[in-house]
Amino acid sequence: MARMKFLCDAERCIECNGCVTACKAEHDVPWGVNRRRVVTLNDGVPGEKSISVACMHCSDAPCMAVCPVDCFYRTDEGVVLHDKDICIGCGYCSYACPFGAPQFPTNGAFGLRGKMDKCTFCAGGPEAHGSEAEFDKYGRNRLAEGKLPACAEMCSTKALLGGDGDVVADIFRNRVLLRGKGSEVWGWGTAYGKPTQGTKS
Amino acid sequence: MMMRSTIALAMMAVCAAGCGEKPQTAGTAKKADAKAWTGSQSGYVAEGWKPGDKDSWEAQMRLRVQGQNEYSRSAAAAAPPKTP
Repeated sequence: MARMKFLCDAERCIECNGCVTACKAEHDVPWGVNRRRVVTLNDGVPGEKSISVACMHCSDAPCMAVCPVDCFYRTDEGVVLHDKDICIGCGYCSYACPFGAPQFPTNGAFGLRGKMDKCTFCAGGPEAHGSEAEFDKYGRNRLAEGKLPACAEMCSTKALLGGDGDVVADIFRNRVLLRGKGSEVWGWGTAYGKPTQGTKS
Repeated sequence: MMMRSTIALAMMAVCAAGCGEKPQTAGTAKKADAKAWTGSQSGYVAEGWKPGDKDSWEAQMRLRVQGQNEYSRSAAAAAPPKTP
C-alpha cells in the first residue's frame, strides 16, 4: 500500500504561489486559513531558496499524540486526517506541529477560534466521499476521484511532488542525478555561458 | 380566565421553542472513513480506473504520480547529460 508524502524541490520552486492558489480554489478555503504556503529563505539575496509547506502527514504525527479529544486518524495510505465533529478547537495540535500546518479560522467577533483546518492531502474527511457535507467541512476528495493533490499536480516547475513516498523519492533522486549540482543548476554560467566560451574582441 | 390562557400561551411558546432546536450533542466517537478506492459521489472521477476496485485504484495512483515526472515523458530528457 502506498504511503502518501509531499516532497518540495527547493532548487525548482520559483515562489509563484500556484500551489497555494490551487489549494484555496480547490477546497474553497476561507479567508485567514492557508492550508499551504510558500516559505522563502534569504529573500531577495541571489541564491534564495523557496519551499512549499503544508501538513507533511507525519508517520508519527505529534498532532495525533497531543489531541485531547483524539479526533485524528490515519488512512491506509498514511494520510493524517481529523474529524471536525470531534475537534474542540483547543489549538494543542498547532503548538505540537513543527510545520505550522493546523489552521484556525480567526474571522468573526472576539477573535473566534473555530475548529481546526489543515491540508487533507486532498483526501477529504470521514463524511461520505464526494458528498456536500464532506466538501463543506474538508474540501474536495481528489484521492477518491483517482487523482493526486491539486497543489502537486498543477505545480508548473514540478518542484512540489505528491504521491507514494517511494515513487516520489525515486523521481527526485533521478532528477538530482541528472541535473548535476553547483553552477550547472543556477548561476552566471547557466544564464550567460561559461567564461571560456567566446573571447573578448 | 385571562390569567389561565396567558399561562397556557406562555407554556405553548416555551414548548414550541424547543422544537426548533437542533441536536448539539458533542461527538465522542470518530466516524469511520471509507477507503479512497471505493470511489466518490462527485461527478469528477478521473477516467482509467474502476471505483471499488482496489488494484485498479493503486494502478491509477502509480500512473498519476508519473505525470509529475518529466523524465518519464521524453526519452531525450531521461538520457544522461553530455559531458563537455
